[in-house]
Amino acid sequence: MIEANAWTQLKHNRNWLGFWFMVPAMAFLIFFLAYPLGLGIWLSFTDTRIGRVGQFVGTENYEWLWDDSIFWLSVFNTLLYTSVASAIKFAVGLYLALLLNENMPFKAMLRAMVLIPFIVPTVLSALAFWWIFDSQFSIISWSLKHLGLINQNINFLGDTTWARICVIFANIWRGVPFVAITLLAGLQTVSPSLYEAATLDGATRWQNFRFITYPLLTPIIAVVMTFSVLFTFTDFQLIWAMTRGGPVNATHLMATLSYQRAIIAGQLGEGAAISSAMIPFLLAAIMVSWFGLQRRKWQQGENND
Amino acid sequence: MQDFTRRTLLQGGTALAATGMLTGPALFDFAKAWAQSAPWKAEPGAKLTVMRWKRFVPQEDDAFNAMVAAFKAATGTEMNVFSESFEDVQPKASVAANTGSGLDLAWGLHTLPQLFPTKVLKMNDVADYLGKKYGGWTDAAAKTCKQGNDWLGIPVATNGGYMTYRKSALEKAGFKEFPKDFPGFLEMCKALKKNNTPAGFALGHASGDGNSWLHWVLWGHGAYTVDQNDKIIINSPETAKALEYCKALYDAFIPGTASWNDSSNNKAFLAGELYCTANGISIYVAAKTDASKKELAEDTYHALWPVGPVGKPTELQLALPILAFNFTKYPNASKAFIAFMLEKENYEKWLDGAQGYLTQTLNAYESAPIWKADPKNEVFSQASKRTLPAAGIGTVGEKAATAIADFIVVDMFANYCTGTKDAKGSMAEAERQLKRIYR
Repeated sequence: MIEANAWTQLKHNRNWLGFWFMVPAMAFLIFFLAYPLGLGIWLSFTDTRIGRVGQFVGTENYEWLWDDSIFWLSVFNTLLYTSVASAIKFAVGLYLALLLNENMPFKAMLRAMVLIPFIVPTVLSALAFWWIFDSQFSIISWSLKHLGLINQNINFLGDTTWARICVIFANIWRGVPFVAITLLAGLQTVSPSLYEAATLDGATRWQNFRFITYPLLTPIIAVVMTFSVLFTFTDFQLIWAMTRGGPVNATHLMATLSYQRAIIAGQLGEGAAISSAMIPFLLAAIMVSWFGLQRRKWQQGENND
Repeated sequence: MQDFTRRTLLQGGTALAATGMLTGPALFDFAKAWAQSAPWKAEPGAKLTVMRWKRFVPQEDDAFNAMVAAFKAATGTEMNVFSESFEDVQPKASVAANTGSGLDLAWGLHTLPQLFPTKVLKMNDVADYLGKKYGGWTDAAAKTCKQGNDWLGIPVATNGGYMTYRKSALEKAGFKEFPKDFPGFLEMCKALKKNNTPAGFALGHASGDGNSWLHWVLWGHGAYTVDQNDKIIINSPETAKALEYCKALYDAFIPGTASWNDSSNNKAFLAGELYCTANGISIYVAAKTDASKKELAEDTYHALWPVGPVGKPTELQLALPILAFNFTKYPNASKAFIAFMLEKENYEKWLDGAQGYLTQTLNAYESAPIWKADPKNEVFSQASKRTLPAAGIGTVGEKAATAIADFIVVDMFANYCTGTKDAKGSMAEAERQLKRIYR
């Protein structure tokens, strides 16, 4: 019996045909996602510099980072930035989504307005915030001084605490529309009949939210918050344009420190190690969401665990 | 990317004619004569791609473009020139070095040619030709580009940063002239603050301004990041004194300097919020060319950096070296162009266009007309002679460039001045970061 060659299999076997249809997508994923990730991890084990090929140095880059106070400060900043900004973005986004889901005049216009921060390019909004929080030319300081509430400018970006608050605020401003609009889309999939039935049973507004809205919204909350956390954790443009990681590295995130070390200072290996160190945190965020979703078997027509 | 034609030459010439420079046909005639007698003959059909830093003074760009167009017309070399911001020059040059394509020449900052010594065209003959013809190179310029006996690039110019101050504010504070030593400078800053006419120097991640003035404070106290053998010596009593001095200055500054980048002091000075800072001549040029800032320009003066307890100048000025890659198909055209840039007929007019923003690295140009054209330009003429190389007393090269790019010294001072760390902690952190780089 003659063994079928690939071309014959392709013509007659639907599984092989499916495989070949998958090849472009696989190639795309390998070249543009898996290869850069693999290369980044490989670089983190070398002493590669911009301009010259490096040697394999094992875990040396990671060992140096382990004792590097600026690296750990960037880890702290990243976690603080991500947790505070994500929590507030969720709270404000959910509130706006619930509000915009109500019947109110000019609803369509209000929904469009909520999206404005999201459609402004990040660098432009960062530059705007840089001006708003400028040590000398801040419009906030100017206004408060003219109202007689303060005597001298607030040192927004020159003080470590203020600088952290400012960059978190800017991130929240940019990120709220994404959360709000996505949750609003989720809210609109909830059948009004459920609320009608609950109301007939005497449920209060809070009980409606707690026992109908929230459970039905949970899957989309998980997805939205996963993406929100990922975007916030890997934020770069906002910080780089506003503070460049300053003052005294108080706003350096892992992404900005990685860029500074790898591209500006030329130490690609070390920069890659910082980037690679972000992977466990990002994986953890994804896993929380993933397992959260997995538990909700009702999505596949089964009961909750 | 810009392609240079006769039209570009004439356009550039028109701009330069306003300042009485050698322009248009005269520049072309000189270029033609030069090309015939130059030691390097451009290869037939040569095409050079040049990356340079983005200009800060428009007239400097005009002068550069006119020179490029004249070179093209005289040698037949196609010239494609494009500009990148300061921060982007080094990464893009490095990509070209890595891939072996994309650029023939790169004009960048600090010790750019030292980053990839195996990828550059040796410039010994060009350096020798220019050095002999124009009175030799300044010490720091030569150190910036040399590795052993080889020239890895040519130090085209230095961007000098000097004290920029409002004379009226200084006089009101009781100072007839700018202080020449550290104690006098501190007293002046205190007096300026008392009069609500404060000084301010960048303590943020400002690649140019932050690094330059803080290295001046550090070196002025006899402290260095590394010694002649690249042994780390930052953690020293001298550094502790420098920290104390800097803290006293910081307390007298305008609030907010810990957040300043390279443009912050320009903005604050031109807005009338700041009365003394350290900068290139661009603040003064901007004020001069803005009719609404006439009074500010008249009141703006420049001074040399005061000298620290070590008793000699300890300035860090920004070197601007150019390099040609060894994978260029047109090494002769590359060398010819670099040599042509620094010939007197071009260079003095270029310095003129830069209005003091660029300072010569060849000693003969000390007498260039620009330095006498306006008395306020004069201090900038000394930048290349007074500066130390970026490594201080250590080895010039990629490690020193990394230490500067990583803001090790800036962060050390900022940590102490803002109260984030005590002196020991600030020095220890800097020492640890330097060990990471110099390992």
